[in-house]
Amino acid sequence: MKVLVAVKRVVDFNVKIRVKADGTGVETANVKMSMNPFDEIGVEEAVRLKEAGKATEVIAISLGLPQVQETIRTALAMGADRGIFVQTNVELQPLAVAKLMKAVVDKEKPEICILGKQAIDDDANQTGQMLSALLGWSQGCFASKLVINGDGTANVTREVDGGLETVTLKLPLVLTTDLRLNEPRYASLPNIMKAKKKPIETLTPEQLGVDPAPRLKTLKVGEPPKRKSGVKVKSVAELVDKLRNEAKVI
Amino acid sequence: MRVLLLAEHDNAALKPATLNAVTAAREIGGELVLLVAGQDCRSAAEAAAAVPGVTKVLLADDALYAHRLAENLAKLVVQLSGDYTHLIAPATSSGKNVMPRVAALLDVAQISEINAVVSPDTFIRTIYAGNALATVQSGERIKVITVRMTGFDAAPSTGGSAAIEAVNAAGDAGLSRFVGQELSKNERPELTSARIVVSGGRGMQSGDNFKLLEAVADKLGAAVGASRAAVDAGFVPNDYQVGQTGKVVAPDLYIAVGISGAIQHLAGMKDSKVIVAINKDEDAPIFQVADYGLVADLFQAVPELTKELSK
Ligand SMILES: Cc1cc2nc3c(=O)[nH]c(=O)nc-3n(C[C@H](O)[C@H](O)[C@H](O)COP(=O)(O)OP(=O)(O)OC[C@H]3O[C@@H](n4cnc5c(N)ncnc54)[C@H](O)[C@@H]3O)c2cc1C
Ligand SMILES: Nc1ncnc2c1ncn2[C@@H]1O[C@H](COP(=O)(O)O)[C@@H](O)[C@H]1O
Repeated sequence: MKVLVAVKRVVDFNVKIRVKADGTGVETANVKMSMNPFDEIGVEEAVRLKEAGKATEVIAISLGLPQVQETIRTALAMGADRGIFVQTNVELQPLAVAKLMKAVVDKEKPEICILGKQAIDDDANQTGQMLSALLGWSQGCFASKLVINGDGTANVTREVDGGLETVTLKLPLVLTTDLRLNEPRYASLPNIMKAKKKPIETLTPEQLGVDPAPRLKTLKVGEPPKRKSGVKVKSVAELVDKLRNEAKVI
Repeated sequence: MRVLLLAEHDNAALKPATLNAVTAAREIGGELVLLVAGQDCRSAAEAAAAVPGVTKVLLADDALYAHRLAENLAKLVVQLSGDYTHLIAPATSSGKNVMPRVAALLDVAQISEINAVVSPDTFIRTIYAGNALATVQSGERIKVITVRMTGFDAAPSTGGSAAIEAVNAAGDAGLSRFVGQELSKNERPELTSARIVVSGGRGMQSGDNFKLLEAVADKLGAAVGASRAAVDAGFVPNDYQVGQTGKVVAPDLYIAVGISGAIQHLAGMKDSKVIVAINKDEDAPIFQVADYGLVADLFQAVPELTKELSK
């Protein structure tokens, strides 16, 4: 059983982003970039499936500019076997990523695709569901547990608004990771060295027969309204007095 | 414009998020049809029919929809999508699960978690954990949208009298089956619609210590929330998490206790009307968004707060 795991290169979660003055987007030049944290969890899950003898091969895929190959290398250093890089300088939106990934799935025939629940840059939370729809597969989104059953199904525990929900899904399936699925490992130095020799195949949207053009137009990116700074209170009594008599919220 | 809104409900009643989504739909304008899909959910459909501005309610009452499995629900929405210009759902975990599947099946883009309607094809949403606001225009023939509750007031729930029309189930996709659920039990208001929220972070040190916050919440009729760190540490269940990748809340009063104020947490609560922070570190970033900050050890301050509130 092959596992395909998506890894997106995003602005590191610790960076406080800046909106560009001309309103066209967010400053990404000279900003620390990392693998989307949910995708680290995805790679970890895929590698654990291989270590448990359930998966035979783990393929990491990333789409975008040549720099995303660094993110694929990180996945390889964590234990993925090989990489696929879909090269395009078109602004990729979730539907296009899903279509490109579907074309790769048609070629590679994995049994499980693992994506992050959401990319922390666009905060879209769409791509996994869309891929699953295009493939006509089942979807286990916001997963906190994956158990492969022997009978061509898997049980997925999902984080939902009220708590947790478990579903039985028919394989092949698309999984999207939530924060509690696992704790991703750090790549060791020897594994980072080994990863340099692992192969990365480059494909283009043309080769995959997919038009990746964006469907949504971003007219403007602006700053959110700033909160005005508040005051420090000296005691609990003062706090309660302010809440009652100044803010009038209790 | 014809808007189809996938209602969130528990078969008996509408979930509050549905009413916020109704407000968004009414800002888009035109005809507004609510789809109530579930099992034995006629009373939820009746509640939907009573919402002013709703022109019609579609009722899909079938065991297939008992647990809102994405594969089956998306199939139903696509089957009904016909000549609607907009397909909308509240951005609950269910809406987020189902709607992108619907969008892909229709070969259209989705606009996630809108905060504002600029025009029927243009919307505002946050990106980068709420640190930027994007104005997004869609030229798609059908606009698939999820609605962030905090961007819209709840619509009134009574006064309307729309007709209820039963619709056929769309068949079983045969891909998924519900096994079970572990829902956190509490008598408190729902986190995302509560007027007051009291949240605890890593500073709480244990799940047991959350009792201190529950005592405050009981006094205030508040919901209890948490940071990711508190959830990861197992102090409280996952559905307590407030933030970029948890729940987004904007209550009248948000009290953050032992929470440092990471951007991912702020993304989920910084639109609250009044923010209180209790933290022993006077440099904690949470104080930068707090209207009232108290630098104190929470193990002293929180019990004192409970006492003060009883006065
Ligand atoms: C992909 C991703 C998604 C994330 N999503 C979310 C999310 O949705 N929500 C979220 O909350 N976080 C999220 N995070 C995590 C976030 O980055 C922070 O790690 C987290 O919010 C920290 O939680 P905390 O403030 O409870 O813990 P800490 O940062 O450890 O802060 C604990 C605070 O408690 C104070 N404290 C300790 N003891 C006491 C005491 N006795 N009295 C008073 N104060 C005390 C300390 O001074 C400190 O400020 C996400 C991170 C990533 C990478
Ligand atoms: N350009 C990309 N390259 C690789 N994976 C991606 C890309 N875009 C999205 N994904 C995957 O889709 C998930 C969800 O992204 P989104 O739907 O944009 O929030 C991410 O966590 C990734 O796993």
